[in-house]
Amino acid sequence: MSATAETFAAPGRRGVGGLTLLALALCLPSLIPLLSATVALFNPDPATLSHLWQFTLPRVAGNTFWLLLGVGFCTAVLGTALAALVALTEFPGRALLRWALVLPLALPGYVLAVAFIGLFDYSGSFATGLRELGLALPEIRSRGGVIAVLSLALYPYVYLVALDAFGSQGARALEAARALGMSPRRAFLRASLPLARPFIAGGVLLVLMETLADFGTVAAFNYDTFTSAIYSAWFAMFSPDTALQIAAVMLLAVALLVGLEARSRRRQSFARLGAPVQQRLPLGRGRWLATAFCGGVLGLAFLLPVARLLYVASSHLDELDARYFEFIGNGFALSAMAAALTVAAALVLALAAREQPGFLSRLAQRLGTLGYGLPGALLAIGLYVPLTRATGWLLDRLQIEMALSGGLALLLLAYGVRFTAVAHAPVAGALMRIRESQLEAAALLGVRGLRRLQQLHWPLLRGGLATAALLVFVDVMKEMPITLMMRPFGWNTLATRVFELTNEGEWRRAALPALSIVAVGLIPVLLLLRRGRDAT
Amino acid sequence: MRLELIDCAVGFDGRAVLQGLSLALQSGEIGALLGPSGAGKTTLLRAIAGFVPLYRGSIRSADGEVERVLSGAGVMLPPEARGIGMVFQDHALLPHLNALDNVRFGLFRLPRAGAIRRARDCLALVGLADFASRYPHELSGGQQQRVALARALAPKPQCVLLDEPFSSLDPDLRERLALEVRAALKAEGVGALLITHSQTEAFAMADRVGVLAEGALQQWDSAYALYHRPVNEVVARFIGEGAFITAETLGEHRLRTPLGDAPCARPGLRAGQRFNLLLRPDDVIHDDDSRLQAEVVARAFRGADFLYTLKLDSGERVLSLVPSHHDHAIGQRIGLRLDLEHVVLFEHAPAAGGVFQGADTAAAADATMVSAAR
Repeated sequence: MSATAETFAAPGRRGVGGLTLLALALCLPSLIPLLSATVALFNPDPATLSHLWQFTLPRVAGNTFWLLLGVGFCTAVLGTALAALVALTEFPGRALLRWALVLPLALPGYVLAVAFIGLFDYSGSFATGLRELGLALPEIRSRGGVIAVLSLALYPYVYLVALDAFGSQGARALEAARALGMSPRRAFLRASLPLARPFIAGGVLLVLMETLADFGTVAAFNYDTFTSAIYSAWFAMFSPDTALQIAAVMLLAVALLVGLEARSRRRQSFARLGAPVQQRLPLGRGRWLATAFCGGVLGLAFLLPVARLLYVASSHLDELDARYFEFIGNGFALSAMAAALTVAAALVLALAAREQPGFLSRLAQRLGTLGYGLPGALLAIGLYVPLTRATGWLLDRLQIEMALSGGLALLLLAYGVRFTAVAHAPVAGALMRIRESQLEAAALLGVRGLRRLQQLHWPLLRGGLATAALLVFVDVMKEMPITLMMRPFGWNTLATRVFELTNEGEWRRAALPALSIVAVGLIPVLLLLRRGRDAT
Repeated sequence: MRLELIDCAVGFDGRAVLQGLSLALQSGEIGALLGPSGAGKTTLLRAIAGFVPLYRGSIRSADGEVERVLSGAGVMLPPEARGIGMVFQDHALLPHLNALDNVRFGLFRLPRAGAIRRARDCLALVGLADFASRYPHELSGGQQQRVALARALAPKPQCVLLDEPFSSLDPDLRERLALEVRAALKAEGVGALLITHSQTEAFAMADRVGVLAEGALQQWDSAYALYHRPVNEVVARFIGEGAFITAETLGEHRLRTPLGDAPCARPGLRAGQRFNLLLRPDDVIHDDDSRLQAEVVARAFRGADFLYTLKLDSGERVLSLVPSHHDHAIGQRIGLRLDLEHVVLFEHAPAAGGVFQGADTAAAADATMVSAAR
């Protein structure tokens, strides 16, 4: 070829710009916990490690393993069964249950734990009443109890993806298989289920990541896993180094799950086979059984715990004192700051990828959203140890009174690492909806700079930014391990209050803060449901 | 404004897809570039608008005595400094602004009242005066398209570029809208360059049409000339239907064809030369009285006409457009005669002969399927 682009003016956008560099800088904090845990993994302190291997790790690893196995199995079965019934069959109450079954997303595991332990505890009124009738409940504070509670809290992850898979492609495949003469059961097993399997696997992997990251629930049940072991090493044994060592071992499990999840996502292909079916399978006499099953799950996972919390909280309204409003105020302040921080970071990451496409901006996007895969406890210790050392070193060297109301900056940094990914999805989605041609039309009309930002970007982005801020806000309100481990003195929130009270066995007094968290948690779930209804 | 492209090459990823392109669009003239997808049409348009650089050549504008280089070696005028407007394929309207505010979007240099007046005038020009307060999602595709045109016209550009302006619209609507857009452009006295893969659109809108094929501009001419005086076989095949048959010169002024002899005025011909002769369907007349006969091998009913594919005794095939009351079955032999107004001769190549039905036919068939599906 005779002519190349080099002989002429270079194209405007592309390459590395200030935005990309800023995006890369924003990713650095995400790397700190990864690096410090990795360093601890490869440079263990022999004494600490041998002690850990002897006393803590085998038990903790075993507990975590059985928990993952149990919760993974239960959510896979529950989520798939519910989604299949709701998407493919017809039974009384189906339309209502279809969306109501998502409601448990509003209840963090530890809230469910507060309700259930209070309800089923040996000394609880319910259990006592049953005993008087000669019936004994299985012990709730057991491995089975944690598995049950976490499964009820987390099954919606599987339910949602399976519902989507069955509703779109699975249903068509079912019709095709039945047209070929298969019985409904056979058609489901041979056509719909195999098609939905990669999606279900993806959902279960998300559940496993959440289970591994869970701190509040296992702490309430006194069931030691990696997260609670990190906490007790740090705050009971006052040995951050031991905690970091545990985190390092935990990182292996995290890496395994994150890797599997990324792999499974590649296998999910969205080949939509036409419109969703209208004709669902009538269940005949079994239809009330389906209603009972779906209704029962909803009852256990949402209605019963919420009713219980409402009942108990209403008799403990004396909790509503000045301190209580302080918890709420703290939570709001932390959540608002974290939301502003993460939305700004997400905007920089997404803008860099859009305006300066290239390897570096893509890398920044990957690194910047990586933190969501890291359990809060791991992240907290992984940030805390190196950063406090670094500031300590600086303080020694520089002799300055660093009014680093240190803890607060550190806490916000940790929120930023963990929740930037949450903000990133809606922000990037909104940015994607600004079409190249709209920007070009603005360029031709001479609309540039601040005017373009104000008249084009802002109106088109603000919906996405608001969604992102809301999601992060609610997530921080519910967040337990990071807040608990990194909060500066006096910064108690509703979530840490729930932890303190459950830690002291004050199940009834924990009901009010738990209920408040449910109220906040319902906001994004209702938003999700409204979006879903608008979309159909 | 006169827009001039001189020896332009455009492409992407360092690979030129269009080269050696030169054309001139006179002030107020409407031009169309016709070509299959992937021919580099959109890239060329984006180069004229100033979004992508040229690989070679230059783009100039001349306004009276003032001549400016828009793109060229070392020169890349920013889009807003070119005096060029553009209507995008997806219209690129802003969803949060109503029609009036979309049109006003580029009028920020005017005082508010003036901007509103100008925007209203432009909406009236495209026949949407009553839709000023509608939002894009409340407008039909054709209406959105016209709002986009009004927005492009509002700042009084000297030339408007239209990127496949009707491709997202209902086929039934396209030709009507093309005429309306043409009327609006002519009323504003603004020159325009549109790119399209539809011959119907190009012919309905443009004063001049260019055929882009095989990486180059093949011909830049009026629609009539493209059809009746194509400069090469590529253009002949691209525009309309027809057939090539072998013709032999009898002398300087006469041709012998399987359909009989015909006069031909082309200097420099010697007796005994062989050529491919282009026959359009209207060059072959059905005549029951003619001694010359051919067999019907295919037929397509077009309402007023039949398009017959006829096999000559020489084995060659031609197309003939016949009023539809002449209903002949396949296999029947019918009489014909030659009525050759424009003699178009190309180098003889037997393999290149035969019947062709134009680039637009496939698109037309698609359009029929679409309307049938509705």
